[in-house]
Amino acid sequence: MSFQEKRIYRHPVLEQPDAERVEFTFNGQPAIGLEGEAVSSAIFAFGIHIFGHHHTDESPLGMFCANGQCSQCTLLIDGIPLKSCIVPLKRGMDVRSLEGLPLLEDLPGPDVLVPAKLQTRVLILGAGPSGMAAAIELGKAGIDTIIVDDKDRLGGKLVLQTHKFFGSEADCYAGTRGIHIAELLAGEISEMDSVDIWLDSIVLGVFNDGTVGIRCADGYRIVKPEYLLVATGAREKSLPFPGCTLPGVYGAGAFQTMVNRDLVRCAERIFVVGGGNVGLIGAYHALQAGMTVVGLAEALPVCGGYKVHADKIKRLGVPIFTRHSVIAAHGSEQVEAVTISGVDDSFTPLPGTERTWEVDTVLVAVGLSPVDEFHRKALDFGMKSMMAGDAEEIAEASAAMFTGRIRGLQIVASLGSGGVNIPDELMEKAEILKSPGGEILPYTPPEERTGVFPVLHCTQEIPCNPCMTVCPKDLIGTSGHPIMGLPEFHGECVGCEKCVAICPGLAVTLVDFRNSSDRPIVTVPFELGEWLLEEGMEMTVTGWEGDILGKAILTGWKYAAGFPKTLLLKLETPASIACRTAGVVVQDPDKIKPLPVPLEVPLPDTAVICRCERVTAGEIREHIRAGIRDMNHLKVLTRAGFGACGGKTCSTLIERICREEGIPPEEITPFTERPLFAETQLGWFTGKEHDDE
Amino acid sequence: MMSNKTYDVIIIGAGSVGTPMAMSLAEKGISVLCLDSASSAGQGNNKCAIGGTRATHTEPAKVTLALRSLEVFRTWEEIHGESIGWYQGGYTYVAYDEDTISLFRRNVPLQRNAGLNINLVSPSEIEELVPGINTNGLLGGTWSPEDGSASPMLCCYAFYRRAAELGAEFGFNETVQRFNIDKEKVVSVITEKGTYSCGAVVNCAGSSAVEAGRMAEAELPVYPDCHEAGITEPVERLFDPMVVDIRKAPGSANYYFYQHETGQIVFCITPDPPVPGTSIEETSGFLPLVAPRMVNLYPRLANLKVRRVWRGVYPMTPDGSPILDRCGPSNHYIAVGMCGQGFMLAPGIGELMSRLLTDELNGKDREVLHELRLDRQFSSEEALK
Repeated sequence: MSFQEKRIYRHPVLEQPDAERVEFTFNGQPAIGLEGEAVSSAIFAFGIHIFGHHHTDESPLGMFCANGQCSQCTLLIDGIPLKSCIVPLKRGMDVRSLEGLPLLEDLPGPDVLVPAKLQTRVLILGAGPSGMAAAIELGKAGIDTIIVDDKDRLGGKLVLQTHKFFGSEADCYAGTRGIHIAELLAGEISEMDSVDIWLDSIVLGVFNDGTVGIRCADGYRIVKPEYLLVATGAREKSLPFPGCTLPGVYGAGAFQTMVNRDLVRCAERIFVVGGGNVGLIGAYHALQAGMTVVGLAEALPVCGGYKVHADKIKRLGVPIFTRHSVIAAHGSEQVEAVTISGVDDSFTPLPGTERTWEVDTVLVAVGLSPVDEFHRKALDFGMKSMMAGDAEEIAEASAAMFTGRIRGLQIVASLGSGGVNIPDELMEKAEILKSPGGEILPYTPPEERTGVFPVLHCTQEIPCNPCMTVCPKDLIGTSGHPIMGLPEFHGECVGCEKCVAICPGLAVTLVDFRNSSDRPIVTVPFELGEWLLEEGMEMTVTGWEGDILGKAILTGWKYAAGFPKTLLLKLETPASIACRTAGVVVQDPDKIKPLPVPLEVPLPDTAVICRCERVTAGEIREHIRAGIRDMNHLKVLTRAGFGACGGKTCSTLIERICREEGIPPEEITPFTERPLFAETQLGWFTGKEHDDE
Repeated sequence: MMSNKTYDVIIIGAGSVGTPMAMSLAEKGISVLCLDSASSAGQGNNKCAIGGTRATHTEPAKVTLALRSLEVFRTWEEIHGESIGWYQGGYTYVAYDEDTISLFRRNVPLQRNAGLNINLVSPSEIEELVPGINTNGLLGGTWSPEDGSASPMLCCYAFYRRAAELGAEFGFNETVQRFNIDKEKVVSVITEKGTYSCGAVVNCAGSSAVEAGRMAEAELPVYPDCHEAGITEPVERLFDPMVVDIRKAPGSANYYFYQHETGQIVFCITPDPPVPGTSIEETSGFLPLVAPRMVNLYPRLANLKVRRVWRGVYPMTPDGSPILDRCGPSNHYIAVGMCGQGFMLAPGIGELMSRLLTDELNGKDREVLHELRLDRQFSSEEALK
């Protein structure tokens, strides 16, 4: 594999980072990567997905969380076993796969300072949307604040979001892409004198003296804040199925990190599990990266994510299978195929409904759970602490920015810096922005065949209104709630296309009959790259939910003024389907067909629940059936939860088995939570005495 | 529902001490109920023990109990077919100063006389035992190859399962509230769930032994203090023995670490001055205190990742040895004040106490019980506690 093969050079929104190419070796073979990128991404770019083999059963290991948590990506880097997803690549690194347990060699420890103690007025854990919004309020009030994040840049998950945000323009940058919102907020924070930014800084624990232990890039620091704000976001839930530990099964966050942050072509053909916003957006990001999405399965009768997100990928040609779930990933060393099956109301697979696709990647996006353990510990230890964003309640990033702002203001008030009033309006808006999608109302596209007008293919109440605020003539309004209400168009459109360009759901088109009453021009937003387009080409157009309507001729396209990277396609369309045209198909249906005969699926209880220690569902079920109710007891018997991640992945899966076995939650004693939040070399707590300079 | 069964013996505490004692009594056909406020065995301080098991003590009673306990650990898998994580890696105490090496020189002959397989070893022998150890200033140490380590939790569950198989009953999530005492005898034990009649009661309540003792109007000289421990990621075997450094440094007395059967390094440090109380909340000071000492002694540990830290309680007695006795009401027994050694001494203690309860004591047992009686002087403090 050469360096070029597995990077994303063409992306409709993102560009390859401007970094120096450096040489390194992988298992002794020369390789080239980008200086400063995660070592794991450099390996992926080299076309390698298998990072080693597990010491218990020799099963293959690879990327899983891409977030410094799970340890599945551990490699020997210059002789030291390290999580490769959080080690920046340096010239000349000797990188080796990890086969079984590592041998600890006699090498110098981390080159860091001796541990230091310090105080601050406010400590914010997490520089995602909510943490940054809070930091801005604290910065405006001039309060000494430290904001820490384990990544190398501000923004949290915003830096992975290539799509435009929902919400309202005034409150949370609706219509702007997440990556750009991150830049806007980061710019604001960087100019605030009272806010100190610590990047590459991982929180290891909250301690009983009211301090927080942080592994910073240059050494371990113990920080005592007057007020703690936990804005640590969420972690992805996992799903156990046979083959779920194979390299190629990732959480959506890991996938987005590799694709949208590191621009590594980590997959060619993917199947997405989960129809919430994360799964739907993950599928969309894969399409943007030029990958094939063979399908998406959702166990419920309808996708839980916003309808516009689901419709957007359906229109591009991704089949969505509701009432279906994944039952196996196949492959000996990495994912080669996936099998899904229909499920009944209790999510039990229905025999005879299995379908198998050849894929190299299975994206698991089955929900998030809050990372709230630091807050709980802080309260136990009598600290003043609050949470914001997903740590407090899982919702959209737009809501997180809002709750972060409120928490920032509340902390300002609590620290007594002048009379701070938090308007009730802010609280109300925060609640609105947290709303999941509402009821789906009837879809009635207009029947007109004259003039120019927008068509709003948007029938679900969601907290989003930029089409209303962007219209220069104020022709789009709502008879419902100002943010939640469905948009309605009335009046004389000038054809400015701004509503088409801004809609985060790509759910607005513009139909123009002014030049032709039988072949009107339909303007359709498009974010998959100019290179897919050819003037005069015939394109298959679809209705709002991906139903094939017919063919249209692409007469041209342009970039929407003021909306970077949004293309507006001009499609000459038969009049009969013009108003219903909502998108174009990009995926060839012949290329996403399942195998004629599904592959055989191992028993569900062979699924690994604890990936750190390779403990199966069957082993856990056996102990629960034998009467084990204390998870700490289960841990000793099976080792589930003893591994590197500290039970972060398996604890929710074990709860699920308990539910399946009909054990009431009050009978369960949960795992005892202990630091460290992330495994850390002993040398970080030693440090080196530096000469006085 | 209120239960009202009768048992020969009721044990308070299903931890390191109570669980193997329940097993020993059940083996003799005694009906036993073992009560614990936690939801499964060993959830107090058993699971906080790091797993070292040694006979390398200086008090004869402890040596006797430990030798028998080691035998139980060593032979468990062979007899019962299940692993308890036993690894016979030995113990090595290392000396980097004259005071320490002369202490070892004084102790080793006494320990050998007590029946221990222990020797003084040279710096190069220590280097062979612990390849990579810092030899700068190393003067030598001791080596006791028959000591080892096991998983306290696996042991506790193995004893629990065996006890249950033999008919011992366990009441979890059940806190003893008081005793009914009549004519100098505990006639029944009362919990929030029931009242249980008993022939005898044994206080094995670990760090809660003082509170449990007060139910029998016994004031026990047990003073809990807190220690903190940690475990790393697993690596290929580096060395076999438990490495103990008894030097003092600012903030700490001795510290020790070993490589568990799983390949993980488990470590612990003794705070100096001691931290009294029963708080097991994690402290910010532990890792910065222990890491420099460990890394200095064994430099390559600098690159080993710490996985988890936790805190546990040592129920201390004034002389560092347990108290095994009968006190207060005529059928009220105590096996308390384990001083952090409950796990490694308990199989022996369980057997001894079961012989005491069934009137089957031998001469050696009487010597041990005399040495560890409640009304002893508590004057000498053990050098290698």
